[in-house]
Amino acid sequence: MSFINHLLFGVYPYIALAVFVLGSLIRYDREPYSWKTGSSQMLESKQLRKGSFAFHIGILAILAGHFVGLLTPHQVWDVLGISAGTKQVVAMAAGGFFGLICLYGMTILLKRRLTNVRVRATSTRMDITILVLLYAQLILGLLSIPFSLGHLDGSEMLKLMAWAQNTVTFDAVAASTAIADVGIIYKLHVLLGMTLFVLFPFSRLVHIWSVPVKYMRRNYQVVRQKG
Amino acid sequence: MKVRAQIGMVLNLDKCIGCHTCSVTCKNVWTSREGMEYAWFNNVETKPGIGYPKEWENQDKWNGGWIRSKNGKLEPRQGAKRRILANIFANPDLPEIDDYYEPFDFDYQHLHRAGESKHQPVARPRSLITGQRMEKIEWGPNWEEILGTEFSKRRKDKNFDQIQADIYGQFEKTFMMYLPRLCEHCLNPACVASCPSGAIYKREEDGIVLIDQDKCRGWRMCVSGCPYKKIYYNWKTGKSEKCIFCYPRIEAGQPTVCSETCVGRIRYLGVMLYDADKIADAASVPNDKDLYQAQCDIFLDPFNPDVQAAARAEGIPQAWLEAAQQSPVYKMAMEWKVALPLHPEYRTLPMVWYVPPLSPIQTAIEAGHVGQNGVIPDLKSLRIPVKYLANLLTAGEEKPVIRALERMLAMRAFKRSQQVDGVEDDEVIAQVGLEAWQVEEMYRVMALANYEDRFVIPTSHTRYAEDAYDMKSGCGFSFGNGCSSNSGVNLFGGKSQTVRQVIPVEIKE
Repeated sequence: MSFINHLLFGVYPYIALAVFVLGSLIRYDREPYSWKTGSSQMLESKQLRKGSFAFHIGILAILAGHFVGLLTPHQVWDVLGISAGTKQVVAMAAGGFFGLICLYGMTILLKRRLTNVRVRATSTRMDITILVLLYAQLILGLLSIPFSLGHLDGSEMLKLMAWAQNTVTFDAVAASTAIADVGIIYKLHVLLGMTLFVLFPFSRLVHIWSVPVKYMRRNYQVVRQKG
Repeated sequence: MKVRAQIGMVLNLDKCIGCHTCSVTCKNVWTSREGMEYAWFNNVETKPGIGYPKEWENQDKWNGGWIRSKNGKLEPRQGAKRRILANIFANPDLPEIDDYYEPFDFDYQHLHRAGESKHQPVARPRSLITGQRMEKIEWGPNWEEILGTEFSKRRKDKNFDQIQADIYGQFEKTFMMYLPRLCEHCLNPACVASCPSGAIYKREEDGIVLIDQDKCRGWRMCVSGCPYKKIYYNWKTGKSEKCIFCYPRIEAGQPTVCSETCVGRIRYLGVMLYDADKIADAASVPNDKDLYQAQCDIFLDPFNPDVQAAARAEGIPQAWLEAAQQSPVYKMAMEWKVALPLHPEYRTLPMVWYVPPLSPIQTAIEAGHVGQNGVIPDLKSLRIPVKYLANLLTAGEEKPVIRALERMLAMRAFKRSQQVDGVEDDEVIAQVGLEAWQVEEMYRVMALANYEDRFVIPTSHTRYAEDAYDMKSGCGFSFGNGCSSNSGVNLFGGKSQTVRQVIPVEIKE
């Protein structure tokens, strides 16, 4: 058990991150033509407009929440005077709120992708796979909220934070030890999350790298100079 | 003064016969691919009509082009940068495929393979998106061909603004004209401004507006930003594509495919010099009706020594300056003022201009119903209302349209009296402010329209246009992805982009 635990939560994260980073770099360099959002709005606009905004707002908020929540060292929270229990309740409330927004959007989008004839016909297998997996991941995340109600002291959350922080500081043994005895629902959520990192470079998710922040600072007109 | 050169185009609508050769040759060369079946870089519309995509000229509906804000600055009508980014998850102004048309093909093979039956086999349409049978084709790139569809639908044509249009639904009063359309390669392109990725750019050396296919991310803001709806989202590749002004041909000094194959010889290509420093001011003059004049004012006289010196200082080659002096586009737009921009009120400063069409009057004159102003008839008696042409070409300002039409009529009258009666009727051309030598040149360029007069295209100077060092080890034309191998295996998703799927035919017994 401890070997499998170490394999899944000590080693797999590094494989996932390596594929995520290297895969993205290679695709960006070698296959720029394939780097895109893959929008299908032109084929179906009404449902997309209903679903896409809610989905994106929800998932971006959730991602930001995970990033801050998992990777901020607990000492920082101590200094700020926020106890683990308080932090967990805030995380559950915010995560639940944005999770439901995201669920609303993604339900529309998933239904659209599977049932709209035009969208379905032009979807690749990966388009559907990634959407289904994201949907499953969201449901796992939402399902973990009732479980968390059982231990409001934040102890499980501290273990997950320790796993994430030990992982990014390359202490694989400490990471897999920390996560060894958290609930199965969290473990599934973490595993699927890492799998999404693995699939990231091979799917349309790469468009996240291309958030057009530079647009705000650029002139309206672009003229390519000679040379 | 910052001199820049652009290859501009003029279409002489007076000679367009609506044969669609331009559209078909363009399609065969550039858009006969999966994902682009619905896209026509060049299409010919019959006016009045709502066009393709539906009602493209109605910017209250589509929010294309620019709008002048209260502080006098321009911003894209679909919203300034922040609003564009806010709409990035779902673009509220994006046309759907049905606004263009659902691309289709026919089951031709069925005609060969159908078994014996009581009735003749027919080739029925199939959607090229879903592959499914289409029961009814409801719209196409040229649905209103020769006034097809009922007037009540074509009545929505935006150019009917401020016109008592309902009488033109009567058979006796009806009128029509052709409008071939392509990307305008604007001086102030709204598509470029709307692109969050910065993938669309204007080439400095010849003004052609292109989309960098490797940088396009498919945010699709350009599609709604372009008021002419001449950017097409390729649903297969997830990238936007547009008319490339046949730049590989232009660089080699050849005309674009649409121009080359135009059987009516209505298309002209030539160099225009303009002052790039004045673009912003010209595009943001307060009154829409002044935009035509404002754009004329930023074009530079290629015979002016100061302009020539400034152009040389910018590195514009001598061959381009000479071509600018020979430019048929400059002659028609600036010297004779017979060519006018398409919808200058979009504030994009378009660079594909149009000579307005004359329309029948003769029978009415003979019947004595029409006022005649010397030899030149009263333009109010033209079948196509001048106001309609003005709404199309000069933001509603009728004077430039009248001047253009009168000059063309004067040219005809002058040549008729010269060749039929053997007298030079200088009076008629003096009336429209032309001299005999100018009319002779107009006649040569516009009526005879020889190849070398229509197309004055200097070849692109490699030294000037591109850096040879960056081009080394290039792989020429490839289907995206630069020089990546084309082994058929694609790790990064997606079906092959170049394959055109032939729909298999079901044989039903």
